[in-house]
Amino acid sequence: MSDRTQQFGVEVREEEGRVVWSFSGEWTLPRADNRRRAEYRKRLVQSLREGGEVCLEMKEVRGWDTSFLGFLAALWKTGVNEYSCTFVDEDMPAGMRKLMSLARAVPEVPAEEGVQRDSFLRQVGLGTMRVFQGIRCYHDFIGTLFLDLGRLLLGRASWRGKDFWLALQQAGPQAVPIVTLLAFLTGLIIAFIGAIQLQKLAADIFVADLVGLSMTRELAAVMTGVIMAGRTGAAYAAQIGSMRVNEEVDALQSLGISPIQFLVLPKVIALVLMMPLLTAFANVVSILGGLLVAVGVTDVTMAQFHVQIVGAVSSVDVLVGLFKSMVFGVIIALSGCYRGLRCGKDAASVGRATTSAVVTAITWIVVCDALFAVVFHILGI
Amino acid sequence: MRDEERKHSKEPVIEARQLTMAYGQRLVQRDLSFKVHKGEVKVIMGGSGCGKSTLLQHLIGMMAPVSGEIFFFGKPIPSDEVSLKNLRKRFGILYQSGALWSSLTLAENVALPLEEYTEFKKGEIAELVDFKLSLVGLSGLGHRYPSELSGGMKKRAGLARAMALDPEVLFFDEPSAGLDPLSSRRLDDLILSLREALQATIVVVTHELDSIFAIADSALFLDTGKKTATAEGDPRKLRDDANAPLAVRKFLRREADS
Repeated sequence: MSDRTQQFGVEVREEEGRVVWSFSGEWTLPRADNRRRAEYRKRLVQSLREGGEVCLEMKEVRGWDTSFLGFLAALWKTGVNEYSCTFVDEDMPAGMRKLMSLARAVPEVPAEEGVQRDSFLRQVGLGTMRVFQGIRCYHDFIGTLFLDLGRLLLGRASWRGKDFWLALQQAGPQAVPIVTLLAFLTGLIIAFIGAIQLQKLAADIFVADLVGLSMTRELAAVMTGVIMAGRTGAAYAAQIGSMRVNEEVDALQSLGISPIQFLVLPKVIALVLMMPLLTAFANVVSILGGLLVAVGVTDVTMAQFHVQIVGAVSSVDVLVGLFKSMVFGVIIALSGCYRGLRCGKDAASVGRATTSAVVTAITWIVVCDALFAVVFHILGI
Repeated sequence: MRDEERKHSKEPVIEARQLTMAYGQRLVQRDLSFKVHKGEVKVIMGGSGCGKSTLLQHLIGMMAPVSGEIFFFGKPIPSDEVSLKNLRKRFGILYQSGALWSSLTLAENVALPLEEYTEFKKGEIAELVDFKLSLVGLSGLGHRYPSELSGGMKKRAGLARAMALDPEVLFFDEPSAGLDPLSSRRLDDLILSLREALQATIVVVTHELDSIFAIADSALFLDTGKKTATAEGDPRKLRDDANAPLAVRKFLRREADS
């Protein structure tokens, strides 16, 4: 047959009532050829007879590796399971026979019988229970946090000043550059869009109102919140999450030290204190951005801008923004720490915890901002 | 003296009765009953994934059993936070990875339990921390952070922290995992001298045969397939006892199925 002249091949013949598979050539990975292997497989399976005997001839095999064994093992399995064939492997090289018998050995753990799919109703039920469990866990977390806050105020908490100052530094000064850049650009963009529209009405001066009000009441707090959620909230979740992976949280608990007092409280308090400061700073920087556009693009002078903005923005507007930023700080720190503490014990779940911390924080920031808008409107603030 | 004392103290330090553990629907081990007496080194052994570490989690009260009970000093593990905290004060735990708090230096790691539970002033704590670190051969390295230590040093530092409060019961989760033969031998010696010096009761989870034979007074074998304990006793005797289950003898002799 022409097989012999090619790199690898197999011949099938009948001899004394049994089937002989005579392999030849080089059956190795570099020479593997899908089409030919499939062809051989088909031919070999066709040669199997119910209850027959298959003799494996390997004299002509010049080279082999596990790609050959994989091919052979699959055929062997088909032969034994579907045709109850017996295989004669006397001709196999010793190494090959050893590997084959290793692969055929009974597995240590019995193969699992396919994953049992739960019925639809059961899945819905389990899902609902998980949701309620999640809510309970979160309530537990908030409750413990308040109790621990009380203990802290009474001076009975495991509180490390050093950790608090570190958290303060990370949540405050270290966030200033990014907050500056984004607040400045936001002020600039709003003023620019506003200026182009207002110029059509010859009402350029109202750029000051636009920038001042939108930034102080809404955008400075929301922007800072979003930045801090991505920056600090994510860091909290990742830090506490990897502490869980490393059993550090377990070590705290087993010592009877509350991880909430030790890890969560300093972070929450630091962020709640720093958020209004960052927001106040963002107010100033974004108004400067607005001023730049007002003076550069429109005919408004610096003095006019100043007079206009002082008239338009009241201290109530500023305070509303600062108050909101404190609430956002609580939201960011809590979602970061909560997700971190609920993190699983592998690397992938640290990633999930971080993602979910940021998403939860930003979602709740926007939802709360909307609620505040309604409440402040009703209260007439 | 120690044997004498062990006989007299009839009440076991730890007792598990018909303990069944599971993760959700997946059964880990069932019907575990055993006792650990004062001053005893009890090894929990078994193949990977048999539930050794899970059992440890149950013993220290971090996980609750599906059924059965665990008693410490004759009383069941309390469910309320305060009593559990008081009980855990009497434990020292060495985690598999050391679990040192990464934001604290070595000295601060060992000092934290002392700050938390004793009235000691700074100077006294520093003295004690120095002493504990020198016990595990790490004196002078107190200023280092955990990330600046080798695996073996982390383990020893974890041990120094575990014994900060001179606990009555010490738990070790795979103490010799990932250590070179000499370091793991030193750790075994350290465990034995701790038992001698502190009269501590020690529970060790491990599958390192050398360690098992070196330190265990008694061993509990958890079978992965049968999902329950199939043997308990002196590992040296179990190894040679024809009546012991085959799986246990094979495990202790390091024999694979041929």
